[in-house]
Amino acid sequence: MINERFSEGNSFLHSLDPRVKISIVFPYACVIALSQKIPVAVLCLCIAFVLLLYAKLKISNVLKSLKVLLVFIILLWIFLPLSMPGMPLYARGALVVSREGIMKALSITLKSVAIVFIIVSLLATSTVFSLVHAMSHFHLPKKLLYLAFLSYRYIHVLYVEYARLKDAMRIRGFKAGTNIHTYKTYGYLIGMLLIRSFERSERIYHAMLCRGFQGRFYLLDHFTLRRSDIRFASIMTVILAGVIWLEWGTRILL
Amino acid sequence: MAGVGHKDFIVEIEGLCFTYGNGIDVLENVNFKFGPGMQAGLYGANGSGKTTLFHIIMGLLKPKSGTLRIFGQDRKSSADFADVRRRIGLLFQDSDDQLFSPTVAEDIAFGPLNLGKNREEVQDIVRETLHILGLDGFEHRITFRLSGGEKRLVALGTVIAMDPEALLLDEPVIGLDDEHREKFICILKEMKRPYIIISHDREFLQEVATTAFFLRDKEIVWQS
Repeated sequence: MINERFSEGNSFLHSLDPRVKISIVFPYACVIALSQKIPVAVLCLCIAFVLLLYAKLKISNVLKSLKVLLVFIILLWIFLPLSMPGMPLYARGALVVSREGIMKALSITLKSVAIVFIIVSLLATSTVFSLVHAMSHFHLPKKLLYLAFLSYRYIHVLYVEYARLKDAMRIRGFKAGTNIHTYKTYGYLIGMLLIRSFERSERIYHAMLCRGFQGRFYLLDHFTLRRSDIRFASIMTVILAGVIWLEWGTRILL
Repeated sequence: MAGVGHKDFIVEIEGLCFTYGNGIDVLENVNFKFGPGMQAGLYGANGSGKTTLFHIIMGLLKPKSGTLRIFGQDRKSSADFADVRRRIGLLFQDSDDQLFSPTVAEDIAFGPLNLGKNREEVQDIVRETLHILGLDGFEHRITFRLSGGEKRLVALGTVIAMDPEALLLDEPVIGLDDEHREKFICILKEMKRPYIIISHDREFLQEVATTAFFLRDKEIVWQS
């Protein structure tokens, strides 16, 4: 269900403190998303690509994870050039392709790919749990974190349960169609999953009570900030400052 | 003299009745004593209330009537049961219910950390527990990716990490292959703790249990 296929590895980025990663990814994503200049977007994509190389991930797998993004990007390339007013590059009847529209689509494509690359190389190289753990250091509401962590833990169990129920339906000759029987069966399936999840949550809570749970999770491992973490954070901050300067501090790239 | 007698038992149940929310009586007038040194099997048909009985002992379910005396004290409020849960370990039927932490180490550490042990002590407990289970080096394994047998062993680990004085085991070897089953029996014998085991597996119970309880017609029928 959730496969953390990028989290296993032994590159430098894998061993970074997740707190450092989160505190780098967030400002980078904001700056890239807000930037307007195409050269800045290209630069950011290059930075992201270098990070990706450092993460030593299989490029083909990374490209596979871009597939979902691709759908949105294709839609953008269809609609933006036609709908944005600006200098016409091509016109036939009511269809006008504007230069501004193409530039906008290009800019969004570059920026979104850059952000995905940064997230893959920095966040996906940590396990979901260590990220949730790191977020607890940023004083996010505890309830939200527990929710994230327990849903992550049990989504897999729920999925297995769903797959089992679906198999049970299939071996008795169930075929989905557009009819009341199909809707009713899916209704039962979802209802059954809800009830089972509720009962499971009760059993988990009981198991936690049996082990002395008093409403608080204690963390076993603590992160330690090493020199390499600080060095990496400093370098990334300097680069980000450079990007910000190029985007908003100077007119050389206009 | 009665007071002294009470202290000798881990669990003493008198006239226990339990009814489910739908009004069906599961247990009626159950009387039963579980003492130190006892390694007992609990037999009973499906739906006869064996698991319910365990959950009542742990204070997870509230009985309709009857007295529950555990470690020589009457247990009624949830505060009473906090002490019981520390001293009796319950192994759940489904290990997925018991293992909710992402890594094996975190899961084993959960109980001891709740008991207020410090981090160094807990690290030692985790290492020792994994060693007892024969799962050295499993610290950072992801719990839900373990095999069924490994899950059951780690679930047992989370229970023994709290160093309980007695164990309640609910269908502990169901679905285990021969290797894990043997391992489980070995660990159980090594622990030398009193326990009650629910199982339908007569062969297994003959190997690990010296006494047997039968839950029949909503009552416990004692048999030696």
